[in-house]
Amino acid sequence: MTDTEIREFIGQAIQENDVMLFMKGTPEQPACGFSLRTSGALNALGVKYAALDVLPDPRIRQELSELSGWPTIPQLFVGGELVGGCDIVIEMYETGELAEKLGVEMPDEPKEAPPAAGADMPAQQGPIALENRLD
Amino acid sequence: MPSTQDLEQRITSALPGAQVSVEDLTGGGDHFRAEVVSERFAGLSRIEAHKLVYGVFGDEVGGAIHALSIKTSTP
Repeated sequence: MTDTEIREFIGQAIQENDVMLFMKGTPEQPACGFSLRTSGALNALGVKYAALDVLPDPRIRQELSELSGWPTIPQLFVGGELVGGCDIVIEMYETGELAEKLGVEMPDEPKEAPPAAGADMPAQQGPIALENRLD
Repeated sequence: MPSTQDLEQRITSALPGAQVSVEDLTGGGDHFRAEVVSERFAGLSRIEAHKLVYGVFGDEVGGAIHALSIKTSTP
């Protein structure tokens, strides 16, 4: 893939998926504590979301950050707009703003926000894969 | 390797009058948390406020500063 193709792929993923998370690793196997917490907040709310692992190719992260103006991973987009990284998503989860933005109810017994960020876990290798939970 | 004092000073010079507290999360000098209280954040969304703080460090975030966790508020 060329840099331009990667950029177009990212732009398309943001436009086509109402809730789009760029993360290190996958929701099943997050490869970074911050990505773990962020996908955990979405999981706790039970929303469907698409997730893209940025680790397989460093250009994904470069192109994404240029496009969004946000330097770190994870990045959550809702309705094509950047909501934020881990700090903002967790803060909004805790205040109920995230549930409101996503049009879902806060769970009656909200699960604890996902485990505290720890040391990075080993990176996974693999092809660029968009795990689309909207299917 | 940047120290917490370096980061505090740089944020304070970019946002004069801000109250800044930076913590080294791992002791390794590359995962930091910054709490910043500044009038400059008034009327800004969280995204905009956080971008102001990230902007102080440019490419260093994701590089020498592996992770910078941010909490912003107004006085």
